[in-house]
Amino acid sequence: MKSTTLKRLAALGLAGLMTAGALAGCSDNSAAPDSDAAKTGDASKGSVYYLNFKPEQDKAWKALAKKYTKETGIDVKVETAAEGTYESTLTAAMDKDDAPTLFQVNGPVGLANWKDYCMDLSDSDVLKQLTNDEFALKDGDATYGIAYVIETYGIIYNKTILQKYFDSDFASVKSIEELNNFDQLKKVADEIQENKDALGVKGAFTSAGMDSSSDWRFKTHLANMPIYYEYKEDGISSTDAIKGTYLDNYKKIWDLYITDSTCAKTDLASKTGTDAETEFIDGDAVFFQNGTWEYGALTKGGLKDKDLGMLPIYIGVEGEEDQGLCTGSENYWCVNNEASDDDKAATLDFINWCVTSDTGTAALADDMGFVIPFKKAKEATNKLVKCDAEMVDAGKTPVTWNFTTMPSEDWKNGVGTALTQYAAGKGDWDAVVKAFVDGWATEYAKANG
Amino acid sequence: MFKKRNRLFFLIFVLPTFAAFIIGFIYPFFSGIYLSFCKFRTVSNAQFIGIDNYIKAFQNEGFLQSFWFTCVFVVLSVVLINLIAFAVAYILTLGIRGSNVFRTVFFMPNLIGGIILGYIWQQIFNGILQKYSTNLALNETYGFWGLIILMCWQQAGYMMIIYIAGFQSVPHDLYEAARIDGASKSQILTKVTIPMMAPSITICTFLTLTNSFKLFDQNLALTNGLPGVVGAGGTTIYKTEMIALNIYKTFYANQNSRGIGQAEAVIFFVIVVVIALAQLYFTRKREVQQ
Repeated sequence: MKSTTLKRLAALGLAGLMTAGALAGCSDNSAAPDSDAAKTGDASKGSVYYLNFKPEQDKAWKALAKKYTKETGIDVKVETAAEGTYESTLTAAMDKDDAPTLFQVNGPVGLANWKDYCMDLSDSDVLKQLTNDEFALKDGDATYGIAYVIETYGIIYNKTILQKYFDSDFASVKSIEELNNFDQLKKVADEIQENKDALGVKGAFTSAGMDSSSDWRFKTHLANMPIYYEYKEDGISSTDAIKGTYLDNYKKIWDLYITDSTCAKTDLASKTGTDAETEFIDGDAVFFQNGTWEYGALTKGGLKDKDLGMLPIYIGVEGEEDQGLCTGSENYWCVNNEASDDDKAATLDFINWCVTSDTGTAALADDMGFVIPFKKAKEATNKLVKCDAEMVDAGKTPVTWNFTTMPSEDWKNGVGTALTQYAAGKGDWDAVVKAFVDGWATEYAKANG
Repeated sequence: MFKKRNRLFFLIFVLPTFAAFIIGFIYPFFSGIYLSFCKFRTVSNAQFIGIDNYIKAFQNEGFLQSFWFTCVFVVLSVVLINLIAFAVAYILTLGIRGSNVFRTVFFMPNLIGGIILGYIWQQIFNGILQKYSTNLALNETYGFWGLIILMCWQQAGYMMIIYIAGFQSVPHDLYEAARIDGASKSQILTKVTIPMMAPSITICTFLTLTNSFKLFDQNLALTNGLPGVVGAGGTTIYKTEMIALNIYKTFYANQNSRGIGQAEAVIFFVIVVVIALAQLYFTRKREVQQ
């Protein structure tokens, strides 16, 4: 009898505690300290809470955080959002009393969403470590984000098979140096496709899969090309209405991808990122549009550095012989403006340590495979990164990442859907143009209206 | 004295559940309604803007499309799921061998999560459709029937269990009396069994109706709304997107869209409540006292 009473009391107490805890969670903490107050904060009293975007690097970040805590005694908590859920995870986390002190946005459009929560980093030490001002995300005079990883994409090719093609009699292009514009690329791809049995491949390009694990390569990364050339021509860096000057070029390269492919056009709708990756690793295709982040997967699959090279994405624009690979960032660190001054100071110290200390730079380069745009960066071992460096040394102009100015996810999805329909022969190219041009203006107005 | 103490205990014991109900339901519900009138980024910095969100929600073509798609889906799936579940339950109460094994097997799909189920069926359908050079993502007819098949497969087993319980609760003397009076098998089914099972039918229609209306996971995993058609203004309208999925996507679309998504959710709530209550009212009327 007595023990049941006790149990009941305990349960009651517990329920009460939970209630109190939950109610405390609702309490409002909106008194935002002004941004330069962070300087006065005491880092040794603060702690860091990083909401990480990249699931592949989750373990490495946690390990690095542990090392930092061991060295300095400052608590660093790292949490990672599941693939594709960063925005919703961040939204929920920002409402907590214990909100992330360090989070990230993907560029100008992402910054517009979170600007109220971003601290001005203009006076921070870490900003001074940047090798190039281009990697700071600015709005007016204030710097709200700092790119911490630079990535490059292009057309990864299998050097060994491509060499086999160059050496064969049916090849009209004889060396990689000659392969420097769209016409040459098309010639090579068509000839590989025609002689695929002789070369032992299933197609020139890996499947341009439009499953959500792969469609970003085309609706976002490939779509960057016409945007890049339009911005360049008009001398702008973002726009509320795209004209679509280079959409015919976009069509050209997309046609090439889906025609000289390992599979039928109608199969592309369900092909995944892993499908393309496997085809490339197995040597079933010569070209694979992807980026430096893919290096780990390719080498794990058995490809050697000597098999790998990266070509710029040629879309048939005049003067593209001097075009380089697409290099940029969509990973910008932001410090939560609503965090306490101590936490802000601790967070700034932590990121500065990550990009300046030996432990930090080694972890970023070796464990995470990142190329970081900071002065003390350690050289990466990634072969694809070296391809980029070679291109830059050869005087090629890198293509900037303008897809961070795309108006919304809905816009990308709209273009992706239209591309899928077009590839399968169910829709015409006009739908892609409409989604690209009209959709841009509509989505831009929705997001900024 | 004794009674007063009892009442005190009653209050104490009901408190935790009551508190949980307030925190877990009442508070979010009303703050949700409030937020639908706000522009907000996170729920703690909402800014009241009036009915603007509701106007935008009704102007959202994708929302209207998903509403009609959902309605058609609900009608068809409610009918099919209940017919299948009723038929299976009828057969499994005839006393054929292995009834228990069959019951377990038919119930099993319910134990699998919607996302996994969606992906498994996506593989199956695409595997078949590939032979005909097409795909779930290319044709909304396949997507629609795919969803119907998937939902029937998953829900029929659950409803079957409820119907089996209904069948077993019909008193045997009624059957006996009917047989003595010379009723045929089909007469027994329509004049005795079905009226006696009206409570089961009420609960099953209610469950299938609300489940189908609120369907999200399976929709997300199976078609994710695809295919899309580029409409006026270059906005893409997704042909197999149901309301819940549309609300979710609207909510996260851009910095201004959260309130619109919230307003859509409130509209959706009202619709589901009205339809579900109407259905309960009409099916309850048919129930008979035993």
